[in-house]
Amino acid sequence: MSGEFDQMYREVILDHYKNPRGHGTLEDPGAHAEGQNPLCGDEVSIYVAFADDGETIEEVKFSGRGCAISQAATSMLTEMVKGRKASDVAVLPKEELLEEIGIPLSPVRLKCAILGLGTLKVALHKAKGTPLPEEWAGFANELELK
Amino acid sequence: MAVTTSKPLDARLLRADFPVFEHPVRGKPLAYLDSASSTQKPRQVLDALRTFYETSYANVHRGVYDLAERSTAAFEGAREKARAYVNAPSAREMIFTRSTTEALNLVAYAWGLDNLGPGDVVVITELEHHANFVPWQFVAQRTGASFRHIPIDDLGELQLDALDELAASGRVKVVANNLVSNTLGTINPVEKLAAWAHEQGAIMVVDAAQAAPHRAVDVQALGCDFLAFSSHKLCGPTGVGALWGRAELLEAMSPFNLGGEMIRSVSLEKTTWNELPYKFEAGTPAIAEAVGFGAAIDYVSAIGPDAIAAHEHELVIYAMERLAEVPGLRVFGPPADRRTGIVSFDLEGIHPHDVAQVLDFEGIAVRAGHHCTQPLMTRLGVVATTRASFYLYSLPEEVDRLIDGLHKVRKVLG
Repeated sequence: MSGEFDQMYREVILDHYKNPRGHGTLEDPGAHAEGQNPLCGDEVSIYVAFADDGETIEEVKFSGRGCAISQAATSMLTEMVKGRKASDVAVLPKEELLEEIGIPLSPVRLKCAILGLGTLKVALHKAKGTPLPEEWAGFANELELK
Repeated sequence: MAVTTSKPLDARLLRADFPVFEHPVRGKPLAYLDSASSTQKPRQVLDALRTFYETSYANVHRGVYDLAERSTAAFEGAREKARAYVNAPSAREMIFTRSTTEALNLVAYAWGLDNLGPGDVVVITELEHHANFVPWQFVAQRTGASFRHIPIDDLGELQLDALDELAASGRVKVVANNLVSNTLGTINPVEKLAAWAHEQGAIMVVDAAQAAPHRAVDVQALGCDFLAFSSHKLCGPTGVGALWGRAELLEAMSPFNLGGEMIRSVSLEKTTWNELPYKFEAGTPAIAEAVGFGAAIDYVSAIGPDAIAAHEHELVIYAMERLAEVPGLRVFGPPADRRTGIVSFDLEGIHPHDVAQVLDFEGIAVRAGHHCTQPLMTRLGVVATTRASFYLYSLPEEVDRLIDGLHKVRKVLG
């Protein structure tokens, strides 16, 4: 196996893929959105519950099927954002997630990796009524947020 | 039809014509199993492009100087090759477009907008590529026509017993179908559909993008009214495709793109259209690409579409046999004798992107996704498939490498 192969399918990625954290749905979520990757038709739904302050992300769940990269990345994302402020996560640079994923990604696979993050951002901006940054506009197609 | 030979092709020998195979991918020989998406290019086509640019290039049709005349002759020569390749009656019925997609849009817009309305029915199929689906869906909505589909059975073959109900649903004006499904490889009964379409007073529009490079295609034998195919899936350059249409239909149609070249005369009050095929070729065309397309048609014709079809048939039989060895693998579509060299499959519990990614590390190029056939994906109950597709340069040992790779995919991700 090549080094690059070992890196892409390193243990932590496979672990998150096979045992995704935060997989599921939430009743009456404080924020919710659905995202699509038009390249492969993958769909992801994100559900967020806020703490009593209405700002802290108390719980975050995701559902939908996808490739190992998108599943692992979204699983890592749920661990990363839990307990953080919605306003911080709404402006979270994608580099922070990519660093956590820690593998080289081609432009096509990058779209898989950030599907969950883009969908989470749409959910948070929609819930808070704030405009989605232009960088993420592609995720808002179905959501009348343009 | 250009001269065909019944001599079997020698893929190993032909491979030497394709420089891409001289370059390893990820340190391994390239196993290119994505020819349904686009084919690799032989030296003969690359040389033709270079020679044309170096010796005969100028804009076409307008220049009076020698170079322009030679350029025009080469461009029109390519049109004649495209005509002969699909046995079209006349070169004036062969329109160069940017692609199969543009050719189908041309028909949907230029014929559809003027000929469709409420009460009319546009019939497409459940296994249509988006290129022959979305333009018709859009034009049907714009004109108030209804948009209906011929369903497929579980083997991915058209259910023709649905035709009576479609005929009863209104005035069928268009039947649009691909001759070969890009996802399943299904060879569709276009002759039958064309006969049925004509009984309804409809036109028959054929997407031959996956057929023309792989088997003999004869527009007169098919009995269709329009047929589109692409250069880049037939060993030629990107950026050029061909549309054949019956002259009487093309004559009656309004233009699609407007501008230079497609006019006869222009004044402040009125513009009249150029004759066929130029009426549908506004602007400077992809000149060298069309010449390269002609060279590709020469290359493929010399090998022979029948020989290519036979070679791919052997490969697809072998591939389906060997794929059956892989646990949890499900092949979609009809048996080998009713498909071309295309195999789409699902590996249980593993996303096609991951299948393709792991195979890539083995130097194997396959396509993962919905293949621009989302309604078909819905029918198959999947979001995506992995697709391997063959061409004249494909080898049985590439199938073996695919199988080995799939075992590895299961080991890593299963």
